Amino acid sequence: MPRITFITVDGERVETDAKAGNSVMEVAKELDLPMLAACGGALACATCHVIVEEDWFEKTGELSEDEEDLLDTAHDLTETSRLCCQIKVSDDLDGLVVRLTPME
Amino acid sequence: MNNQASFNTDVAVIGAGPVGLFCVFQCGMLKMSTHVIDALPATGGQCTALYPEKPIYDIPAAPAINAQDLIRKLEAQIKPFKPEVHLDQQVVALERQGQQWQLTTASGMSITAKAVIIAAGAGAFGPNKPPLANIGQYEGKTVHYLVQNRELFRDQRLVIAGGGDSAVDWALSLADIAAHIYVVHRRDKFRALPENVDQMRALAEQGKLELVIPYQLANLEGQDDQLTAVHVKTLKGEERRLEADHLLSFFGLVNKLGPINDWGLNIHNGLIQVEPTTCATNLPGVFAVGDIAGYPHKLKLILSGFAEVAQAAHAAFAYVYPNEALHFEHSTSTGVPAPQAQ
Ligand SMILES: Cc1cc2nc3c(=O)[nH]c(=O)nc-3n(C[C@H](O)[C@H](O)[C@H](O)COP(=O)(O)OP(=O)(O)OC[C@H]3O[C@@H](n4cnc5c(N)ncnc54)[C@H](O)[C@@H]3O)c2cc1C
Repeated sequence: MPRITFITVDGERVETDAKAGNSVMEVAKELDLPMLAACGGALACATCHVIVEEDWFEKTGELSEDEEDLLDTAHDLTETSRLCCQIKVSDDLDGLVVRLTPME
Repeated sequence: MNNQASFNTDVAVIGAGPVGLFCVFQCGMLKMSTHVIDALPATGGQCTALYPEKPIYDIPAAPAINAQDLIRKLEAQIKPFKPEVHLDQQVVALERQGQQWQLTTASGMSITAKAVIIAAGAGAFGPNKPPLANIGQYEGKTVHYLVQNRELFRDQRLVIAGGGDSAVDWALSLADIAAHIYVVHRRDKFRALPENVDQMRALAEQGKLELVIPYQLANLEGQDDQLTAVHVKTLKGEERRLEADHLLSFFGLVNKLGPINDWGLNIHNGLIQVEPTTCATNLPGVFAVGDIAGYPHKLKLILSGFAEVAQAAHAAFAYVYPNEALHFEHSTSTGVPAPQAQ
């Protein structure tokens, strides 16, 4: 199972073996990490904004136009910002590291 | 806006999303009166604010129904119970008063209730504010999330931030009265009506406004409530200082639990923890239903919310009619009140 590491706003590292096919947001929610993900993956908010570690960014895939539009409403964006409900866990992402952003 | 009105009801419902609206029905069937309050100017919660035109396919017995139609039908279903709905005001306080609860809204209205059902979704919808230090000191005076009076901006230097319809529309509308307009957006693409975007780009070419792309807001400069400049930066760290008298910030709507966090409820990751068979919270006579209610294996679905409302209404009965037995009855036996000519 692909291993995924989350780094919380406080700097805590949380690692887990994730089920391929789930979204990274679902993995984070399963771990009960501090993330709102208010719309539950319906592409209607930007509250699952994460910062992907640079080396991994390309592997997380292309951003859709809808995701870009929603990122317009996120703050403190970086070059590797993603909505993690749009990142699908797969074997290619074994080792993925993402940073969470503040909840409110 | 000040509104000193006060009301008394059996059950106060916080939130007029689909689940909050259905509370009126379930409480009404158990002879409990309701008042419903929402921060938005319209009913329907997420259905209205985020996806009114999308069809929903998993409402039992409705093979496909537009979100807005679902809300219209709910309103028709609750009408016999004469719902009292107060819109455009956020509930900011929930306080114990003897055996009852008192709710207070941001505009000063108060409601006293024997029980409270919180159907607040992901929190009150409000402007998505950029997280800039000291932004609060300028709000209402030189930082704005909506335009109420265009004249305020005559001969003023404006920074308009955002990439959606509001940013583009107001840039167009204010271009001929403002002294100068900067439109700050993180990328060259705007998610707005293409004609309007073209028109804005044409104005930029004529020097009537300036597109500041790809920049994000970084910080604000000013004194007391008077803004003097907005600092912006690119992802690469290049910075610009834009001299401005006002910032118009258009990043859409977001939900904020806000004051709900301070009511003494047991909240975990934005969800009010409830006992799932009654939807009771840790406060006596206060229930939580719909997206905001948390329990193991919770599904944030409208249909789950509806079922939770039935559970909560039956449990709230004991607070409204402490000395009466609650008889379980089907709607086919009780019927609903006859619609009355208004
Ligand atoms: C794009 C999208 C598609 C969806 N598709 C489906 C689907 O197909 N099927 C399905 O079942 N679900 C779907 N959902 C989820 C569904 O919309 C929610 O489960 C539902 O709206 C929850 O209803 P609710 O009444 O609990 O909360 P909401 O609809 O979130 O309403 C809560 C209301 O409470 C108000 N409020 C909060 N705090 C306060 C306060 N302090 N004072 C005053 N007012 C307050 C808010 O302003 C808001 O209007 C979808 C969601 C989205 C975003």
